[in-house]
Amino acid sequence: MQFLSYLINGLGLGSVYAIIALGYTMVYGIAKMLNFAHGDVIMVGSYIAFFALTKFGLPFPLAVLTAILVCTVLGVVIERLAYKPLRQAPSLAVLITAIGVSYFLQNGAQILWSSSSKVFPSVISAGSISIGAASVSYLTLLTIATCIVVMICLTLFINKTKTGSAMRACSEDKGASMLMGINVNQIISITFAIGSGLAAIASVLLASTYPSVYPTMGSMPGIKAFTAAVFGGIGSVPGAFVGGLILGIIEIFAKAYISTQLSDAIVFGVLIVILLIKPTGLLGKKINVKV
Amino acid sequence: MRKIFKTSMAVALSVCMAAALTACGGSGSSASSEPAAEATEAADAAEETADTGAKIKIGGSGPLTGPAAVYGQAVKNAAEIAVEEVNAKGGLQFELDMEDDAHDPEKAVTAYGVLKDWGMQVSLATVTSAPGAAVSPSYAEDQIFAITPSGSSPAVVFADPDNLSGAYGNVFQMCFTDPNQGSASADYISAHTDLGSKVAIIYKNDDNYSKGIHDTFVAEAAVKNVEVVYEGTFDDSNAQDFSVQLGQAQDAGADIVFLPIYYDPASLILTQANQMGYKPTFFGVDGMDGILTLEGFDTSLAEGVYLLTPFSADAEDELTVNFVNAYKEKCGGEIPNQFAADAYDCVYAIAQACEAAGVTADMSSDEICAKLVEQFTSMTFSGLTGESMTWNENGEVTKSPKAVVIQNGVYVGVED
Repeated sequence: MQFLSYLINGLGLGSVYAIIALGYTMVYGIAKMLNFAHGDVIMVGSYIAFFALTKFGLPFPLAVLTAILVCTVLGVVIERLAYKPLRQAPSLAVLITAIGVSYFLQNGAQILWSSSSKVFPSVISAGSISIGAASVSYLTLLTIATCIVVMICLTLFINKTKTGSAMRACSEDKGASMLMGINVNQIISITFAIGSGLAAIASVLLASTYPSVYPTMGSMPGIKAFTAAVFGGIGSVPGAFVGGLILGIIEIFAKAYISTQLSDAIVFGVLIVILLIKPTGLLGKKINVKV
Repeated sequence: MRKIFKTSMAVALSVCMAAALTACGGSGSSASSEPAAEATEAADAAEETADTGAKIKIGGSGPLTGPAAVYGQAVKNAAEIAVEEVNAKGGLQFELDMEDDAHDPEKAVTAYGVLKDWGMQVSLATVTSAPGAAVSPSYAEDQIFAITPSGSSPAVVFADPDNLSGAYGNVFQMCFTDPNQGSASADYISAHTDLGSKVAIIYKNDDNYSKGIHDTFVAEAAVKNVEVVYEGTFDDSNAQDFSVQLGQAQDAGADIVFLPIYYDPASLILTQANQMGYKPTFFGVDGMDGILTLEGFDTSLAEGVYLLTPFSADAEDELTVNFVNAYKEKCGGEIPNQFAADAYDCVYAIAQACEAAGVTADMSSDEICAKLVEQFTSMTFSGLTGESMTWNENGEVTKSPKAVVIQNGVYVGVED
């Protein structure tokens, strides 16, 4: 009866992907750009939380808050310095800049904190509970719960608040929103702030579950989360959630029931099939191209 | 997407670098190698006798930074201790230069160039295998004697590692080769049934080191009737989540989990097994060495982990005790690992061979190379990592491994 524990582990892994994917999908939805430095913001968040816990001995909630704060500021600064000057540039230039920022963060981290990996302290109790025949660690449950809470808060924020409406307006039509008196630059900054804050939450969950902190730790989860965002329909918030969870579950099931060697090939194979059938992703909006 | 971009950039860069380097090497050796070499030797010899009193220059490179830095630092520290000790005895005098290669083959090739310019006469080759495989052809071409403390892959000593043929002949190993580690582990497990009877293996299938040990382990296990109940893999893109592999090993009833991998992923495996409440006997090889010094790692998780290593710091013979004390003094109380011991032995083996062959600092590197190869293939050497070690003409060492178990955060030797 391992099925249940695989499912829950898959949900746990998928929850981390989902929270990271939210950052990709929100930025894409509003700024229409792929922020490839997003994975590296996660890395910075992990280091901040690591040092807050070990060097400064802060209690866990404070450490998480510090990480969120630093990442939020970092996200906004990156947007201001690297992306804002390129607002009118072709999207390829912005993409290359994002890759540049990603390298900058990775190499910066190597210089500041050396490239040898550090082990994230286990703050959340390592115990596990039994559900039926499956044993599930508290950490996995916490990850899933955090993901659900984050999703609910974000959905409420986007649908019920004024800033949320402004964000939706920007993603529909930037020019028209500007004419309606929305400060588009400010909205984009807020989007980056929220995305990076979420990245910090993801970073703490990631580092707690897989307690190895090193300068390139963000790139693989970043790529997988980006895949999850495309899977669910990039630009769609519920899509990122669903895409992340499905990706996590497929990955774990592929490893468990087919082959540990082929798990990534299977994940991406499923992605190709989905995109062939539904080119905008599972929950993506149909785009009507006007000719 | 970015991964692809990175990989293609890396490939492009390495092609450029390789082209540039072979171009330099080619013109140097074919056109005017002899006069140039003689000129530099003469200059070196004059310089040495003038100010430093003729020291034999030992070079080497290793990861002093980066994810494998634990190994490079250990080798550097221990080699420095050994060189100081040899020099203090009078007689032979050594001078050491360890360059940083960050466990990167391209940087190792650059480091080799730096060392050659410096006038390296004898070498500790590289600390890790992949950089070693990249520079061994240069050592063979330039006929500089090299002995690697810990580059365990057959690719370090063989030009054709798949068929174990085409040995370079002047590159030697102080550590076991990877195939030896696999079969020795299987032998140990079959001889010690109290550890468990059902073995699960989790290995990294995009890494030659890990796959090589896995392959020979499985082959030897079949011969020795060790039951392998589960084999799981992971690779660079999947090196974080091990819940499935551990879960399946548990389901298969494995009571030993064999981990022919480096300590970084091993630390994640130990953590996750603990979270799951799965408590088999974990059995590692030399890559597991270093897990206790990983920053922030809860060493209680490694309690009871077995590893096959030729060296344990708690041994009570005089040689080990002296070395451990010297190392602790130099490195602020840190206990030396197996890589440090291998490096220490390398320097002493070179010293023994140099003395026996009457090598002096004014000899050229290829003259020394010929003498040392002759010595190494005929002598026996006893050091920290084994008694009466011998080398065959391929450069591979013969010595017996020793099992240690981690207790209270330190290695404890297991008596047979």
